[in-house]
Amino acid sequence: MKRKLMRGNDAIIAGAILAGCRSFFGYPITPASEITHAAAKWIPEAGGTFIQAESEIASINMVYGASSAGQRTMTASSSPGMSLKQEGISYCAGSELPCVVVNVMRGGPGLGNIAPEQSDYNQMVKGGGHGNYKVITLAPNSVQEMCDLTILAFELADKYRNPVGILTDGFVGQMIEPLMLPERLSPPPEKSWAVTGDKETKGNLISSIYLSPEELEEHVSHLKRKYDDVEAKEVRFEEYKLDGAKVVTIGYGIVSRILHTAVNAARTAGLPVGLLRPISLWPFPTKKIRELAEKVDAFFVCELSTGQMVDDVRLAVEGRRPVHLYTRYGGSVPTAEELLEKIREKT
Amino acid sequence: MAVEVLKKPRTFYDSYQRKPGTDKITTHYCPGCGHGNLHKLIAEALDEMGLSDRTIFISPVGCSVFAYYYFDVGNVQVAHGRAPAAATGIKRAHPDKIVITYQGDGDLAAIGWNNVFHAANRGEHITVFFVNNAIYGMTGSQMAPTSLVGQKTMTSPRGRDPRNEGYPIKVCEILSVLESPAYIERVSLADTKSINQTRKAVRKALQCQVDGKGFSLVEVLSPCPTGWRMEPRDAKRWVADVLTQNFKLGVFKDVTSERAPYFFKDPDGAPPFDEIKRILGWEEKEKESPLPKVFPSPENRNPQFKIAGFGGQGILVLGLVLAEAGMRQGYQVSWLPSYGPEMRGGTANCHVILSDSKVGSPLVSRPTVLIAQNRPSLEKFESDVVPGGLILYESSLIDRPPQRSDVRVLPVPAAKLADDLGDTRVSNMVALGALIEYTCVVSKEAVLQAIPISVPRKDFYELNRKALETGMEYARSLKK
Repeated sequence: MKRKLMRGNDAIIAGAILAGCRSFFGYPITPASEITHAAAKWIPEAGGTFIQAESEIASINMVYGASSAGQRTMTASSSPGMSLKQEGISYCAGSELPCVVVNVMRGGPGLGNIAPEQSDYNQMVKGGGHGNYKVITLAPNSVQEMCDLTILAFELADKYRNPVGILTDGFVGQMIEPLMLPERLSPPPEKSWAVTGDKETKGNLISSIYLSPEELEEHVSHLKRKYDDVEAKEVRFEEYKLDGAKVVTIGYGIVSRILHTAVNAARTAGLPVGLLRPISLWPFPTKKIRELAEKVDAFFVCELSTGQMVDDVRLAVEGRRPVHLYTRYGGSVPTAEELLEKIREKT
Repeated sequence: MAVEVLKKPRTFYDSYQRKPGTDKITTHYCPGCGHGNLHKLIAEALDEMGLSDRTIFISPVGCSVFAYYYFDVGNVQVAHGRAPAAATGIKRAHPDKIVITYQGDGDLAAIGWNNVFHAANRGEHITVFFVNNAIYGMTGSQMAPTSLVGQKTMTSPRGRDPRNEGYPIKVCEILSVLESPAYIERVSLADTKSINQTRKAVRKALQCQVDGKGFSLVEVLSPCPTGWRMEPRDAKRWVADVLTQNFKLGVFKDVTSERAPYFFKDPDGAPPFDEIKRILGWEEKEKESPLPKVFPSPENRNPQFKIAGFGGQGILVLGLVLAEAGMRQGYQVSWLPSYGPEMRGGTANCHVILSDSKVGSPLVSRPTVLIAQNRPSLEKFESDVVPGGLILYESSLIDRPPQRSDVRVLPVPAAKLADDLGDTRVSNMVALGALIEYTCVVSKEAVLQAIPISVPRKDFYELNRKALETGMEYARSLKK
């Protein structure tokens, strides 16, 4: 299979089709629109449904419906649009509906701008909507991962009957890199819980309402056990040059790519610097960071926000080592040289 | 003497096991409420039309949030107002099933108006039962979008004042002006005669969906004795005497007999891998001939490009062709645009990396090669170029050569050479030709393979090829 240049946003839909996604419901927004364009072009050709919904709210509720009916289904947006989807995501989590929701982050708050930011970390990773729930969140940093992690997202969504988020940024969405099309189809599992409108599934009910405190407590406890299971089994991260590292840099998405270059430059300059890249933002690689805290001198977190993921790093480090933070936001993205200089200050 | 046996429709459960508490026989609705009547009419229709084993019923938020206690069909409960959106997802997943939304006036005409309006406009093949009782029953008698002028509610304690709250929304009147809906009727539950008409309307709306005619909606004027603070009997009378005076009964739209049926294809079953490859444009074309190896000199290896100019100069395409050629030449590559409104007029730039090893940051902050196609780009990025790097600039448009003395400079009058070929638009390929001749980072053959991939317009290929060769020839002439 040959490599083909593809835009990150397009690779999401390539992955979705390989994962047997049969419907996409979306609303255009920069810098996520190419996902909607690709869905409009390819998903109907693959025999599925594409609808440009009247709003983000409608699109997540169409996803709710399609998922109730047993389909692999998805939606995609960017930051302001994601705010609108939160209610629907909460309902999906409450009704235990698998679905994939992509957020190609841009600058905020409010209308902000369309440049890349990572300021929706808390929104995605901590729940985002109302109630006790979690969204499994994957953070690709390349075009290849936009495809691969989308397939994984559908699989995790079905495995845990929960929404899975792809949290990426304007740069990863817009950039073009070679993609090796994964030579595997990912057929959806049997969904005996779905409401498919026949005699066999008539007894099923998709709902998130539990009127009595006892029932709701039991339901939320069930969700909590599920999330504990996810935290035990689904942590994913990439280690780069951690051997002998005294300073561990931590970043995800586009920042991890810049850190990769900065770490190479640091090593060339003889500085013992490595990189830990969380691939799953929830569940977060807390245990790994805790282990590293026993061995290294300091952590260096970089993110395109005023500091959101750093809270999770600090919770993992539990004060045992300094956690330095370097942030850019508003669409400003640090250069590798800039990061190297900041890392140098800390070593 | 004939005896009429009154019995529950089979589409209702025998006993309501999902209902909490010990009473599993009666509904949760208040005495005199219209929901019970309408539920029964729908259940009977589903029975008699043989639809109960192929129906998905969507319970809304409102008093009918627990409709799934009663209907022995597929049941989905959704967020406030979103039933038509959820129904869209369900119906498109299972086009052969009967999908029903059942919505109150707040759900449908306030918070969910946009959703029902657009579902109607798309002509979704769903049936909407809209219960209009002009009040918010469940939350405690607040004003509904359909509350009457002067109607006192908890949130219009002095009576609905059109200057403050506007007028009651006429859902059927508004939706019936849309092209797509097939059948829209308003009925009431005021008395036996009205209920008979409602029975017919319910069946007609469901038949409309069975027959593939599209969107159907039945608005049902319904009593809410509790919300209205009335005795059930008075509430029925109020529907007859007051509500129906404000909301005209009748058929607002019916194109079911003249419209051709349409049935969506069942989207079950994803295509096989080979078909997916074809859809994504991955199928192998005819074998491309192997490319000659390139041997760039050390200062030209692992180039990091910043390519910048005016929008319309083909800056992004230049970068794409370079990245495509680079990938074919065996490099790891990345291409990153400046995106969004920046792309629409004004300046454009992109970052391209060709690397022997994994590409780290796709952002080129210190280019080894700057291709500057206009003066602002040259001025902006000149200082970023690494010492020993290369600045290729558009010498027919830029009247100020680079000021740096620690970089290599390659002036290329690309626009002029392109003009000589008859089309300024190919100046990007002239510049690319000069670049590959000067640096040997990719072969001409790689670029020629890349052009049809990155520039889909076939009629441009020949001109682009000529432009590339012209640029190469120009760079060769400088070497002499």
